[in-house]
Amino acid sequence: MMAIGLNHYLLLSAVLFCLGLFAVITKKNAVTVLMGIELILNAANINFIAFSRFSDTDFDGQIFAIFVIVTAAAAAAVALAIVLNLYERNKSINLDEADSLAG
Amino acid sequence: MALFDFIFYGFAALTVASAGVMVFSKNVVYSAVGLLFTFFGVAGIYVLLAADFVAIVQILIYVGGILVLLLFGVMLSQKVAGVELRTGTMNVVPAALVVLGVFVVLFRVITNSAWAVQAPTEFEPTTATLGTLLMTDYLIPFEIASVLLLGALIGAAFIARKN
Repeated sequence: MMAIGLNHYLLLSAVLFCLGLFAVITKKNAVTVLMGIELILNAANINFIAFSRFSDTDFDGQIFAIFVIVTAAAAAAVALAIVLNLYERNKSINLDEADSLAG
Repeated sequence: MALFDFIFYGFAALTVASAGVMVFSKNVVYSAVGLLFTFFGVAGIYVLLAADFVAIVQILIYVGGILVLLLFGVMLSQKVAGVELRTGTMNVVPAALVVLGVFVVLFRVITNSAWAVQAPTEFEPTTATLGTLLMTDYLIPFEIASVLLLGALIGAAFIARKN
């Protein structure tokens, strides 16, 4: 068995990214789509920190990951406010029913 | 080194399995619980990558903040007592094909690239260094992030307010 190296972390992150992408594309519920986006952001963070660990730029990746987490928190707050407004308007947060702009 | 490998595979299995529960569960609350364990697993991976401060931030903000916010979103927008907590799916087959294609591309890129890997250094506490960096080299992004958070939270409270 190989020792744990950069590739292991990158593959784990790729699997997480694909699961998140699948959730974003297939889920009807807006909150579940948001959860998929959080999975994708976590996958990106694993990449940032893994590259920062296995290169000579020691802390840049970790700083980036912290900023990604901050931005994810802001995004989640705004997105949930939008979801609540969608519920007020449609009495449902299924994204396929939010089609009032469709021709 | 074997113990390290064992711990890595444990955290990786926890992360992927609970992410799978999150993605394939029909119940939104089960999805949220799956996401909880995914966040813990990812925090463990961060620790293995010698990023202790980021791991703590991950648990504090994701588990303590974002996940609670998501659960509030579920509870405020669903009929909790009924069966409305389920989420439907759409476009499953095309999505599976696209995701599989993306994964194959990522896999080939990861395994075929000659990454310029440096030998990792010893584990050291990172908090003091990160704090110094945030107050020196990354001061402008740090301040911009604080303004962004303030604006986002005021905006979110304003949008979500009942008219």
